[in-house]
Amino acid sequence: MRMPVLACYAAGFLPLIWTAFLAVTDGLGADPVLELEYRLGLWALRLLILGLSITPLRQLAGVNLLRFRRAVGLLAFYYVLLHAAAYAILDQSLDWAAIGANILNHLYLTIGFVGLLLLVPLAVTSNRYAIRRLGNRWRGLHKLVYVVAALAAVHFLLSVKSWPMEPVIYAAIVAGLLLCRIRLQRRREKQSSASAAVDERHSGVSSVRPPLPSRRTA
Amino acid sequence: MVHFSVPKIPGSEITPKEAYVSRRTLLAAAGMALGAGFPAGGRAAQPERARSHFSTDEAPTSLGDITSYNNYYEFGTSKSDPKAHAGGLTTRPWTVKVDGLVNRPAEYQLEDFIKPYTLEDRIFRHRCVEAWSMVIPWVGIPLAEVLKRADPQGSAKFVAFKTLVRPSEMRGQAGLFQTLDWPYVEGLRLDEAMHPLATLAVGLYGETLPNQNGAPLRLVLPWKYGFKGIKAIVGIRLVEQQPPTSWNNQAPHEYGFYANVNPQVDHPRWSQATERVIGSGFFGRRKPTLMFNGYGDQVAGLYSGLDLRASF
Repeated sequence: MRMPVLACYAAGFLPLIWTAFLAVTDGLGADPVLELEYRLGLWALRLLILGLSITPLRQLAGVNLLRFRRAVGLLAFYYVLLHAAAYAILDQSLDWAAIGANILNHLYLTIGFVGLLLLVPLAVTSNRYAIRRLGNRWRGLHKLVYVVAALAAVHFLLSVKSWPMEPVIYAAIVAGLLLCRIRLQRRREKQSSASAAVDERHSGVSSVRPPLPSRRTA
Repeated sequence: MVHFSVPKIPGSEITPKEAYVSRRTLLAAAGMALGAGFPAGGRAAQPERARSHFSTDEAPTSLGDITSYNNYYEFGTSKSDPKAHAGGLTTRPWTVKVDGLVNRPAEYQLEDFIKPYTLEDRIFRHRCVEAWSMVIPWVGIPLAEVLKRADPQGSAKFVAFKTLVRPSEMRGQAGLFQTLDWPYVEGLRLDEAMHPLATLAVGLYGETLPNQNGAPLRLVLPWKYGFKGIKAIVGIRLVEQQPPTSWNNQAPHEYGFYANVNPQVDHPRWSQATERVIGSGFFGRRKPTLMFNGYGDQVAGLYSGLDLRASF
């Protein structure tokens, strides 16, 4: 049971190792800093998308990847951190005044920064202790990941000229997964209220709802 | 619709056939014929050139970087697309039409278009609107010479440029996902176009211009953002009204008609205060961007009285 999760982490770091290899062998092209930022950010977005796909995959396709979800989420966070570090250290040479001004003045950076901040509490509470400690609030807190995925997709869209295909496709995937999640949620609510109603009728305990008029009495 | 009239030439001026045939053979053998008759992708050295006094002393960016990191949406939106996909563009024969409000409109074969002028080495800074920069050793001719030859009429106020449309060879012009309207169009005020820095480039690093850099003929305006440097030019038209320009059409609030390099006017989505210098590696610091990309002494006069914040 433990090994596969470790394997998930190992697989998750392969893109990083490959990117690092390209970086040291001059394989990132004419603008290596931008290429590094791009690759790290893209993997972060892909992992966020993978994380969001786990529930629909289970409910719609019967594929259960639930036990990898924490690993996928944490990997996404690590890639976001590296992406931000590449920006701050390599792109901006730790010029904090420029970094601050950019985040305040330019929407795509504001959005990216907010996404990073929102991921921090999720990463910090991705452990058994926090789950036990937070109880029901944990689920609510971790719904923030939907917001983060949407922010990441918009951040990507706004960072480029015109409307090239790649960020548009990623934004469409994120939008699709969020819609899918809303529909699953609605269906669950409907089912649970329907089953609650059935329970009430069968048990006869609840008197909250007036009993349905029966054919005989009508 | 060829309006270019051949001047009367005295017999003494006419070169005997054997002389020009042997000259052509020589030129071809020396690989000096501007790439004419050379296999696609092959690059030919260019004939004797003059060095422009506008050239910068800064070290040019490597040929590898200049030819592998390009924005040329006719071949795709990725920086690596032009190098990967522009090789198949047929650049010979190539026709350039000069028309509109001129007294001598004409349609030229590229060789004839360039022949009267001495090619110049022009090493210019290049600043992309995406906040990166290069130093590029172009080979070209002053745009002003070409305009003077066409003899603009008094009513001509602007120059409009047009890129080739050939979806069969320009894959970015085909398919479902079109990023810009084709043809790519650009424009200048006539006085900007007449400025000696405005260059029509036909070469790079002393050799024929590679396709991914806009072969066979492209505009180079070192004080403006790179997207003003329209590539694969087939049309130059003198007009009275400010012509539409491609990126301005695509997002008018982000890309202006002038597009002068200006560190004080940010792109709405990113800063223009600094630039990443291509070729400076992982730890090269950003460079502060200069007003008019450092060509203020030459061009600032063109814009006196113009609010550069409004006319960005």
